[in-house]
Amino acid sequence: MANDPIHQFQISKFFSLELGGVDFGFTNSSLFMAITVATVAGFLIMATSRRGLVPNRMQSIAELSYEFIAQTLRNTAGSEGMKFFPFVFSLFAFVLVGNMLGMFPYFFTITSHIIVTFALAMLVISVVIVYGFMKNGVKFLKLFVPSVPAWLLPLLIPIEIISFVARPLSLSIRLFANMLAGHITLKVFAGFVVTLSAFGAVGWAGAVLPFLLAVALTALEFLVAFLQAYVFATLTCIYLHDALHPGH
Amino acid sequence: MAVPGRGHGPAGMKMAEEVHTETQVAHGEGAHSGGFPPFDTSTFGSQLLWLAITFGLLYYLMAKVALPRIAGILEDRRDRIEGDREEALRLKEETDNAIAAYEQALAEARKKAHTIAQANRDKLSADVAEKRAAVEADLGEKLAEAEARIRDIKAAALGQVGEIATEATSEIVEALGGGDVSAADVADAVKQSMAK
Repeated sequence: MANDPIHQFQISKFFSLELGGVDFGFTNSSLFMAITVATVAGFLIMATSRRGLVPNRMQSIAELSYEFIAQTLRNTAGSEGMKFFPFVFSLFAFVLVGNMLGMFPYFFTITSHIIVTFALAMLVISVVIVYGFMKNGVKFLKLFVPSVPAWLLPLLIPIEIISFVARPLSLSIRLFANMLAGHITLKVFAGFVVTLSAFGAVGWAGAVLPFLLAVALTALEFLVAFLQAYVFATLTCIYLHDALHPGH
Repeated sequence: MAVPGRGHGPAGMKMAEEVHTETQVAHGEGAHSGGFPPFDTSTFGSQLLWLAITFGLLYYLMAKVALPRIAGILEDRRDRIEGDREEALRLKEETDNAIAAYEQALAEARKKAHTIAQANRDKLSADVAEKRAAVEADLGEKLAEAEARIRDIKAAALGQVGEIATEATSEIVEALGGGDVSAADVADAVKQSMAK
């Protein structure tokens, strides 16, 4: 049972809260969402409480993350996109810290559940659609009309629509699958080490390779944890760009 | 790891029984077959609700507290650097002005000193020239006076020459035994020979 690579994704309940037949109970997932928010908000608010003209280390990190996301958003969606800065920053921070917390042994990874990543992706797409229609009205539909000869349009418009519909799927599945697969792989290799070491000296020798792999994979997973948060934020910026400037 | 299963049986329980406990708990949690947890729809409601609550809270904290504060810090720093830079430029301009004023004053003073020196020099040379002229005039006068006196003395001396010659002649004639010759004759003779 200890080696079951799926077990780490199990959701366990702390207390139940049943409403209309649906259970809204507080689970380990809810706990780690709360920890994620507390970590992000606590860090940023504490790091900037000194409001130093010359930043200390903590404040530097806060400022760097601010400028990192601000620059990504400004480069992708233009300076008009800055009105979505709190949204993009929250998404990035939530996904990044959620991923990173998942790297601690025995911690739950909130982004390893498709419903969470899908909800975040749908939130992004909803913001794009609502803001796109609010700002551009019907012209927002020009998003689906690429500037090509007219006879190609019947072919290309359906493709554009399909690609737009696929966005929340690809956005959510990318993050979910990366976190899920990474944690399963880590668990499998770590499980090999434990299983092999039960077979005495030969097993110990045999466990060296999966152990080294597990170490390497841990480093890789930290990279993936950051990269996926960055990818999520960058794609959000690109989709927001469509809402701001639908005319390609 | 087995949080929900923990405590359900004696510590020494074997693996199979633990699996059994797990399954039981999973069954107790909702209507599913203990499959792949991310696809267990019975947990979706809770996850969505708590995601909405936590992410909403995070958005609120970011938008209202953390990000405006960081933006304020960055803004302050930019303003401060800009202000310091402007102040430095202003001070530099002031210094440049002071240097220019100093140099101008120096040039003026130099020019003034030159003018004063020139005036002094002119005055002195005029003075000297005047004095020299006075001395020269004085000397010229004295020279003229001396010359006039020499001329008088010479004239007087020349006037006495006839007398001396007449006297000498009469004495010579007497000494030669020419008898007594009248003084008037001698004078006439001298006058005649002198006129020759």
